[in-house]
Amino acid sequence: MIEIRWHGRGGQGAKTASLLLADAAFNTGRYIQGFPEYGPERMGAPITAYNRISTEPITIHSNIYEPDYVVVVDDTLLDSVDVTAGLKKEGAIVINTTKGADEIRPKLKNYEGEVYTIDARKISLETLGKYFPNTPMLAAIVKVSKVMTDEELLNDMEGSFKHKFAKKPEVIEGNMNALKMALNEVKKI
Amino acid sequence: MSIRERLSGNEAAAIAMKQINPDVVAAFPITPSTEIPQYFSTFVSNGAVDTEFVAVESEHSAMSACIGAEAAGSRAMTATSANGLSLMWEMIYIASSLRLPIVMSLVNRAVSGPLNIHNDHSDAMGVRDAGWIMLFSENNQEAYDNLLMAHRIAEHKDVLLPLMVCQDGFITSHSIENIELVEDEKVKEFVGKYKPEHYLLNRNEPMAIGPLDVQPYLFEHKYQQANAMRNAKKVIEEVSKEFEKMTGRKYSFFEEYKLDDAEIAIVCMNSTAGTTKYVVDALRAKGVKAGLLKLRMFRPFPAEEIAKALSHLKAVAVLDKSDSLNGAGGALFEDVASSMYVNNEHVPIVNYVYGIGGRDTTSYDIEGVYKDLEEIAKTGKIDNPYRYFGVRREK
Repeated sequence: MIEIRWHGRGGQGAKTASLLLADAAFNTGRYIQGFPEYGPERMGAPITAYNRISTEPITIHSNIYEPDYVVVVDDTLLDSVDVTAGLKKEGAIVINTTKGADEIRPKLKNYEGEVYTIDARKISLETLGKYFPNTPMLAAIVKVSKVMTDEELLNDMEGSFKHKFAKKPEVIEGNMNALKMALNEVKKI
Repeated sequence: MSIRERLSGNEAAAIAMKQINPDVVAAFPITPSTEIPQYFSTFVSNGAVDTEFVAVESEHSAMSACIGAEAAGSRAMTATSANGLSLMWEMIYIASSLRLPIVMSLVNRAVSGPLNIHNDHSDAMGVRDAGWIMLFSENNQEAYDNLLMAHRIAEHKDVLLPLMVCQDGFITSHSIENIELVEDEKVKEFVGKYKPEHYLLNRNEPMAIGPLDVQPYLFEHKYQQANAMRNAKKVIEEVSKEFEKMTGRKYSFFEEYKLDDAEIAIVCMNSTAGTTKYVVDALRAKGVKAGLLKLRMFRPFPAEEIAKALSHLKAVAVLDKSDSLNGAGGALFEDVASSMYVNNEHVPIVNYVYGIGGRDTTSYDIEGVYKDLEEIAKTGKIDNPYRYFGVRREK
């Protein structure tokens, strides 16, 4: 079983991204859970969302305290949230940031595992013209966690986008391009 | 062939309602059950069901509308949570005493105050003596399956009682998980048509419903209600067996998970049972003989069967997701403990109140309970039977 914890800010789509990941993993035949931790939600407040993905039925129904992977959708959270809490050192953290290793590493409390970064803002602005970090972050975590192949993700998401954006077909291509760019641009630091 | 899907618990409940296609749904939105009538109202608008959807102005009216509809001879459903159920309180008793088999989806949440929208079982425990059949669900699948079985149980001529299907607010209601759906046609056939024997709109049998019922009568009517609840056990067993034939999914009064050869066990309801299974598996791998009794049917309460199922154990912990605030045990603990005593099964038994107001129930918490049970099994000593876990307190 792979456990993933998402850290974002209300309105950035971390919850949606966790549900999209659950959907995509479901479509590759897995057992899945996708759920947010509901708090006093408001735009900009820190939020947490979770995924469990397994080849076996999942019975545990708690939040995730020892994740295999962590996704940070907003790097300003690194100053206020203990994002690496419980994160397995065999796992990895993926951060949406423009900053380099020298700036990011010190904020991760000596986390020993792999650290990946991606500039989801740039990708989103280039492909969608607006800042929606969740689509690039979804691709980044798939790439890093290998819960499915790039091809499986792209095929599945194309179907989802066609369904989701049936009335706005013009945004499908942009979202697909955002996924493809993110798959290429996520990098280990 | 069943349909492989991924749905939240609320979506699963709404889909069950769509497949049941009741005559009337009356509901008022309240977190975390809001999505159920919300999704259902889209089915109404899209013509996927031919239900009369009554958008009432309060939960008191929601239950009143269900009572009117059901008494008239139609099949009525609703959904609510916590304070919504509190506002229905008066009508909850009217529904059961009028023997109206209304079906409710109760998405469990803490009853305020202070204001809290998150999960515990204080709403359900508040109506445990109201004469409703109460089924609890570990996950989206069970919330769905229990709803598909609900009308067959509630409407049975030996029962005629309202029924609520409980699931944990947010924990399962808002979590997307795998689920196996039954085909529409099969559900339709399984649930069948509602053919009430007595109903208000039958012009050949004029009748009064709910008139003054004074000293010479009320006791007998309550006795009949109590007997209907006793009868419900057999009907639940029969309907569950029929459901198993259709789906392959087995339901009983409770699920015994690795309980046969267990030495220590937890008794609990809803999503915590899933987390407990996860811990039982881990403990079994280490050679600890841990087991679980997950209660599905809380009302009627299967006292004799529970006492028998727990009789071989060395220590038992009953987990209550609601504090009865009585200086003694929680509701489930009291029922289990009295079942044991009355059936002359004397196993050391302790109570834990936990998970209040959405406090996360972790696998570490459950491991801690089993650790305590191992100690009790070894020494036979219980210093304090009324315990808590997951709460911060002064040392």
